[in-house]
Amino acid sequence: MKQTVGLTSTYSSDEFGICSALYELGGMVVMHDASGCNSTYTTHDEPRWYEMDSLIFISAISEMEAVMGDDDKLIRDIIETAERLQPAFIAIVGAPIPYMIGTDLEAIAMIVEAETGIPSFGFPANGMQNYTIGISMALETLTKRFCTEKLPKTERMSVNVLGATPLDFSLNGSIDSIRKWLLEQQMDFNSCFAMGSSLEEIREASKAHVNLVISYGGLKAAKRLEERFGIPYVIGVPFGKSYADQLAWEVHEAVRTKQSRIAFKKVQRKAKKQFVMIGEIVFCTSLATAVELEYPDIDIRVLTPLDTANELLRDGDKRAGEEDDLMRYLNDADGVIADPLYRPLCRQTTFYSMPHIAFSGRIYEKEIPDLINRKLKYREETLC
Amino acid sequence: MLTNLREEACIESTRVSFADAHFPVPFRQGLEYSSPVRGTWNIVHTGMLIPESHQIFVCAQGCLRGVVLTAAEMNALDRYSSVMIREENVIDGTMESLMIEGVADVLHKLNYRPKAVLLFISCQHFFLAYDQELVFETLRERFPDIRFMECYMIPTLRKSGLTPDQKMRMQLFSLLEPKEKDHKKINLIGSNLPISITSELVKILNQNGYQLQLLNWCETFDDYMDMAESCLNLVYEPIGIPAARDLEKRLGQPYCYLPFVFDFDELEKNYRKLTDRLNIVPQSYEKEKEEAISALKSAKELIGDACIATDYTFTFRILSFTKMLLLHGFHVTELYADTFLPEEQTDFEWIREHYPEIQIISTNRPDMRILPKERDDKVLAIGQKAAYFTGTDHFVNVVESGGMFGFDGIRQIAELMKDAYLNEKPRKEIIQKKGYGCESCI
Repeated sequence: MKQTVGLTSTYSSDEFGICSALYELGGMVVMHDASGCNSTYTTHDEPRWYEMDSLIFISAISEMEAVMGDDDKLIRDIIETAERLQPAFIAIVGAPIPYMIGTDLEAIAMIVEAETGIPSFGFPANGMQNYTIGISMALETLTKRFCTEKLPKTERMSVNVLGATPLDFSLNGSIDSIRKWLLEQQMDFNSCFAMGSSLEEIREASKAHVNLVISYGGLKAAKRLEERFGIPYVIGVPFGKSYADQLAWEVHEAVRTKQSRIAFKKVQRKAKKQFVMIGEIVFCTSLATAVELEYPDIDIRVLTPLDTANELLRDGDKRAGEEDDLMRYLNDADGVIADPLYRPLCRQTTFYSMPHIAFSGRIYEKEIPDLINRKLKYREETLC
Repeated sequence: MLTNLREEACIESTRVSFADAHFPVPFRQGLEYSSPVRGTWNIVHTGMLIPESHQIFVCAQGCLRGVVLTAAEMNALDRYSSVMIREENVIDGTMESLMIEGVADVLHKLNYRPKAVLLFISCQHFFLAYDQELVFETLRERFPDIRFMECYMIPTLRKSGLTPDQKMRMQLFSLLEPKEKDHKKINLIGSNLPISITSELVKILNQNGYQLQLLNWCETFDDYMDMAESCLNLVYEPIGIPAARDLEKRLGQPYCYLPFVFDFDELEKNYRKLTDRLNIVPQSYEKEKEEAISALKSAKELIGDACIATDYTFTFRILSFTKMLLLHGFHVTELYADTFLPEEQTDFEWIREHYPEIQIISTNRPDMRILPKERDDKVLAIGQKAAYFTGTDHFVNVVESGGMFGFDGIRQIAELMKDAYLNEKPRKEIIQKKGYGCESCI
């Protein structure tokens, strides 16, 4: 049945995707919810919470405020806090109750901005969508509000990396590895939306020659930057050695032709082993392509329970939003590559662990491998 | 000299001396920050105490996230399932069928048959005015061999009536049905953690031939159901009182509230109250009392005038505990809390009168996020939040009194204070684990 999750975990949601994407930029993010969202996000979905300060708060809405539609308290509380903490921007994020009572978060953000002079925006999150939608909303908003000026291009070819959050990439060094890989490929790292870059660096995104989209959450921002500044984008993550080389070529080609491109294609052949991989679409299709290039005996079908665009699905890849949909494909596979919390769904199949913070939170955080630009190995139920 | 006005303002908004503090809410209520301290229990931890039960949460994806991973982190994902509310369920009025069919689907998928299902609804259900009676009646008819417990994850209603925590502790016993009473069986209810078997309370009952039962000690679902046989419910956490009242009303089980306060006379009164109630001969607790006093004295000799910080997660009666430390000469400088229980007012007034300079520091005001957490002087923290906010590795790692109770509990706490003063603990690792005392894979 749709919407039931009997045996596994559930993915992080839109509010947390927004928080994760904006975490490092010096803003103040307010989740408009009762309680619980804040501790859930900061416990399970935010590995930076203990070591890196970020102004993420909850409005602590009560029954009476919800019933009476008391937006004034929220506005007063935000202004009172912002005046002391002076954030670079203010993001007001929706949740189930504001969604149900029809709170106009964008209007509230306009009032807050008028009162404080601090750029403010409201996000119509409702806690009923995947985190990928939240990342997408947040990064697109950054481009709208902060990437407003067309700046001269950098002398050397440079790249913005779009869609980086710990929800998909953890803190295992993958984003640094992408930076190193770009340098190896004679490309400079202009900015990263949004890990390891400041808001100032993001403001200067238009200096880059090309955007590299490393998760679905980065795609809308890429399209916006293409429309606004003519910057082409390439979708793919440089996993493995062969695929990283191929992706580098695609990035250069995008700059040369000024055409955006999706840099993962099904490796067409008759493989002996049929694997299934579950997860975020750009991450998985890139990794699947990388594995197929390095291991010709393996063919991988990607199943994504998350949001995707049709053009991101390779031949045979499927949307599988429900637990029942996934189970249909798993038992016939020779191997399943997925987060360990999917293991109860595939008891008779060889399972290769690929932990994903957006699914299992911090539980397997220390076991997430950095697979950027390095030869892949699969052995003893792990891919490393 | 230049002054950082912003930091001054931040400090000002997060702390107040007892002299100037309002009771029971010392700070302005506004945006809230959540520190990375996670030792307190949530409704999933509490619900897991019922043996052979399964939890099903019907909520939005964002709300499910914290509960499913609580279950997973305590290695209990096989006793947990979710039904996700989507936008269409809010708009088209299909909540009842989603719940009924969703729960049925989950039960068919499980590879075991739970004896009970704890079915949790969320804030959204209240705003939709869904038909709870219909849902539960239908499920009970369709699955007559399974008992369905009505449970709530409703933080929006946390300021209206019972708190989610009180409600959970009450619902936890809602499956009990009237049974013939056994006059030698007594329950202890309302606490998440099992009482220490060395406490005077346990000894009194054992010595007089009573059989004490706790949810934590139930091995089977039948053991849980047999708690209805007890002739008396004891409760020592204030948060457990609604559960005791409910059982008195529904099952005719009277209750006896023996608050775990840190006042020696009050503790003796508690024991007299219990022995009177059971009509048994009161005994002297001088030895236990002397041992507690001696342990506190020994701790004071070791700790001297080092700064002590306490916090509300350590015990429900944190003001009573702080007062006891002050009476025994300890140098308490700060107390981390955002609200106090009404029954703490007398202790609050006592501290205000005798130690007006002691600071009450918020744990959830936004500014706590950025204020420095390390300090130069050696601090002994009592409680995980106090440890986090003072940046000390010398801390007593206990939540909700840790099952310690009475004079014996005070003696144990004094020993833990000595140990914490002498030895460091891996603070970051310990305080981020959810559910103190529960299994954890973190």
